[in-house]
Amino acid sequence: MRIRARVGRSPIGGPAPTVVRLALYVLLACTAAAGGVGAVHAGATNTAAATPAAGPDRVAIEGGLYRPLYRQPVKGANRDTVLRRIVSVTVAPFELDRRPVTNAQYLEFVRTHPEWRRSRVSRLYADASYLRHWHGDLELGEQAPPQSPVVHVSWFAARAYAAAHGGRLPTVAEWELVAAADETRKDATRDPAYLARLREWYSRPATRVLPSVGAGARNAWGVEDLHALVWEWTLDFNSALVSGESRGDASLERSLYCGAGASNAADFADYAAFMRFAFRASLEADFTTGQLGFRTARSLPVAGGKP
Amino acid sequence: MNTRPNFSRAHARVIAWFGTLALLVASATGCSDGSSSDKPTALAAHGMNASGTVEAELTDAPNVPPPITRRNAAHVTVKLEVKEVVKRLADGVDYTFWTFGGSVPGKFIRIREGDEVEFHLRNHPDNKMPHNIDLHAVTGPGGGAASSFTAPGHDSQFSFKALNRGLYVYHCATAPVGMHIANGMYGLILVEPAEGMPKVDREYYVMQGDFYTKGKNGEPGLQPFDMEKAVREQPDYVVFNGAVGSITGDNALKAKVGESVRLYVGNGGPNLVSSFHIIGEIFDKVHVEGGSLTNDNVQTTLIPSGGSSIVEFRCDAPGTLILVDHSIFRTFNKGSLGMIKVEGADEKLVYSGKQSDVVYQPEGAAIQSVDGEAPVQAPAASRAERLQRGERVYKNVCAACHQQGGQGIPGAFPPLAGSDFLNADKTRAIKVVSNGLEGRIVVNGQEYNSQMPSLSLSDEDVANALTYVFGQWGNAGHEVKAAEVASVRGKH
Repeated sequence: MRIRARVGRSPIGGPAPTVVRLALYVLLACTAAAGGVGAVHAGATNTAAATPAAGPDRVAIEGGLYRPLYRQPVKGANRDTVLRRIVSVTVAPFELDRRPVTNAQYLEFVRTHPEWRRSRVSRLYADASYLRHWHGDLELGEQAPPQSPVVHVSWFAARAYAAAHGGRLPTVAEWELVAAADETRKDATRDPAYLARLREWYSRPATRVLPSVGAGARNAWGVEDLHALVWEWTLDFNSALVSGESRGDASLERSLYCGAGASNAADFADYAAFMRFAFRASLEADFTTGQLGFRTARSLPVAGGKP
Repeated sequence: MNTRPNFSRAHARVIAWFGTLALLVASATGCSDGSSSDKPTALAAHGMNASGTVEAELTDAPNVPPPITRRNAAHVTVKLEVKEVVKRLADGVDYTFWTFGGSVPGKFIRIREGDEVEFHLRNHPDNKMPHNIDLHAVTGPGGGAASSFTAPGHDSQFSFKALNRGLYVYHCATAPVGMHIANGMYGLILVEPAEGMPKVDREYYVMQGDFYTKGKNGEPGLQPFDMEKAVREQPDYVVFNGAVGSITGDNALKAKVGESVRLYVGNGGPNLVSSFHIIGEIFDKVHVEGGSLTNDNVQTTLIPSGGSSIVEFRCDAPGTLILVDHSIFRTFNKGSLGMIKVEGADEKLVYSGKQSDVVYQPEGAAIQSVDGEAPVQAPAASRAERLQRGERVYKNVCAACHQQGGQGIPGAFPPLAGSDFLNADKTRAIKVVSNGLEGRIVVNGQEYNSQMPSLSLSDEDVANALTYVFGQWGNAGHEVKAAEVASVRGKH
């Protein structure tokens, strides 16, 4: 609440002085770091309705192994050496929205959460193009058909929406695990024909008015529209730049550029994945773009697993 | 797995901000030591201290911004917009280009040695992809790539000082970098020397690139990028200025006789090295690889992928000069062809044009005789044998012009099949095959004015070939014997 109050009184709605903006970022970062995921949100929107009108249509994902695109630094036998290895990530069971959140669904959200309306959102949480394809605060207009995925939403906004629907944003590992599937196989990423299909979407120019969700085929998990409709926010979208290994961080930022982009890659052929990682890396949490939407997720207890 | 959101950039901003503050404090207190005070003096001596602010004029190929006339370096603002657009790659073939400024190659940027450039990279809100720019003219990590990494709908700014003169390539360096370049994300930035470039009459901007499409060359429709072909380095298109025919025909570059021309030539790649050549011209001067080394009197200059060349020449004779990648199948089959139309009065001494065209009839043209005694063929024993041997002669010697089926080629080579001219006169036919024929004839109502060489066939071969021809395609069916040929030749 402290942060929100401060934002409300600051001149941040207009062209905020960078210093103020920075200070707020730092505050936010510290809060997030101290409280973990959801801390900022709990402070920001705990006045929201806890139970949405209709439950989200989520698909249970049993979890599995996700093979990251980039090699991770691993300490070698000798303490001073750092090796880069493909370290598979175990993804715990979770639920994921079958489809991306639509304009209609997001409209409901801003009705009940006025602080996320276009005219009222804090510039700290969403940049100037937030919901700019909508006709007004509570009007969609022809650029934003109700059943099309909502775009021009920031990471903060997407996260608030997810929390209001009893969930969170999926992690990169969760999203990528499910997105590796085609219609029949849970991991189709070794199939050049499948990868070629994905690249074709990236080869098509963007359309200003997006098609409806659910037009594509359901993948082997029962999830739709992961590819070929919009990019999607993930909870840890910018984690590809930071490994937690301080010695590696200085050069990591460049791991996504040019030749260096390939040197640490686990799979040189998955161009679609390269593009997703590059896209995520170009974002900051307040950014909104016309091709970026989101869907929500929720953790599930591990069945019969260890606590 | 760490699901905690990360704010490293926010931290970085704070650090950068404090760093700037520290610098400001340092400069305000008049901090100076020997090394830092020497450098500005040296720079000032060459007009390298920037003064004044200008916005760079950017041009689309084949145009080049006007030469820089400033005597001093300046603060130059460059605003470059990235756009993802569908455009023509070849007739009937479209492609989704990713561009610096709306077309391929990207805008030509012209600055001066010592300029301090404030660079804005704007990623259009309708774009799908994040992009950045690596300018080879920049000294610093990534050539600006990391600092210019920009999400759709954003505008990044970074600054650099143009320390080195030369012609440099710029390109997008966002992963997967090969694909960004393959989609057309490259252009040229010229850093003019402080003293300027020698004046020329015309300057043009030409940049080569290779394209990899799902369909093979010429397959119509919107063609997506083909990664496998790109990895194998087997392009379907190799073009100048972003499309087949972008500088041919009505779009050809223009010059006049007596004018000097300077081409700023780049190669965006992503894969191929160009053997840049102009058919009908010799480069008087080449800035090798776009640098300070010059070479004179060059026919073909190699331009690496991600490299450039400045070529200069004087147009001494009128006509159309052809720009090619002299790795020549790329020109004939993949599109790397451009034109410069040079207008003006003929310079007959430099180039005469065709002065004559006469028939060239070397002795023993059709079948080369070999030294030593040729094996003498026994005369054909029967008509059947004559037909069989005649077919062999016909296919070896006659079919090249008259075609396998004797149908000839309308307007060029008269038909033998059902030919009134052939069947009307057996003796004339023997004469023609033995001695050749030149001038106007009418065959089946069609006029031919051409020339058939004397074929140096033996009497036996002439007899066999004619027997074969007369025996085919509804012709008169005459049998011709070697003795008849000998007697016709004797009368000759």
